[in-house]
Amino acid sequence: MTVASLFFYLFSVVACAAAVMVISSRNPVHSVLFLILVFFNAAGLFILAGAEFLALILVVVYVGAVAVLFLFVVMMLDVDFTELRRGMLSYLPIGGAIGLILLVELILVLGTWNFSSEAGKIAEPIAPGGVTNTEALGLILYTKYFFYFQVAGLVLLVAMIGAIVLTLRHKAGVKRQNIADQVARNPATAIEVRQVKPGQGI
Amino acid sequence: MPELFRDYLPVVIFMAVAGAIALALMASAIIIAVRKPDPEKLSAYECGFKAFDDARMKFDVRFYLVSILFIIFDLEVAFLFPWAVSLGEIGIYGFWSMMIFLVVLTIGFIYEWRKGALEWD
Repeated sequence: MTVASLFFYLFSVVACAAAVMVISSRNPVHSVLFLILVFFNAAGLFILAGAEFLALILVVVYVGAVAVLFLFVVMMLDVDFTELRRGMLSYLPIGGAIGLILLVELILVLGTWNFSSEAGKIAEPIAPGGVTNTEALGLILYTKYFFYFQVAGLVLLVAMIGAIVLTLRHKAGVKRQNIADQVARNPATAIEVRQVKPGQGI
Repeated sequence: MPELFRDYLPVVIFMAVAGAIALALMASAIIIAVRKPDPEKLSAYECGFKAFDDARMKFDVRFYLVSILFIIFDLEVAFLFPWAVSLGEIGIYGFWSMMIFLVVLTIGFIYEWRKGALEWD
């Protein structure tokens, strides 16, 4: 057994075990932590497949950002564990039926599926001829796939505006610091001299 | 792929050493440390009075907004890496392609700045 296949089995076994723990652990926060472990192992598998850029982007984007988002969602749900377990039995029939239908469909799909003769060609290294992974992506992403790249930018813009529209609520009556106004103050505008007669207020 | 493995050997060694140290520390704590658990010791300490609530409370939705905005700019930077590497080959077309992408996201950035989404009040 070569080193590569040793690492392949290590990553796959840990990824599968962690994936099972994601859905079976009682504490949702632990589920998210196991999900992070799955992401790391998937990144390891990508590296073994030769897709180094994808592997590191997986770590940066999914572990660094998406996992944090999941943690916030979990914290926002305010789940009560005893409350969750109560509905388990009543939901079991419908959940089991849906699972069974999916299983039958998967068997039907995978049972009639066989490898195409082209598969070996596709599975070859992504960027032959001394071009690194990142460079190979850069060579086509911005010019050949110009339209999809710009659509990705628009999708990100829509996500940004959507998140702001849906969640941003400013409290009324909050006093904010306005630095420009503070800096523009001078004695002439800030100080007012009043003549106060003795025994009288302003 | 022995060549790939040689490239990543330092990473593997780093991970192995990190894992070994973490395991050693946790194992030594389990083996050596004195453990006499007590309900009062394990309960949350809150300065003289009984704890009002447990630590699991709902987060403010504004954390979520900050996180989403972070992801979007994280992705923007992820798109910049291959562009920076291959800018010499893709020429002026690739350069302006990225500039349009950046302008689109800058419009969103100006929008969120003007709406005050970056402020916490």
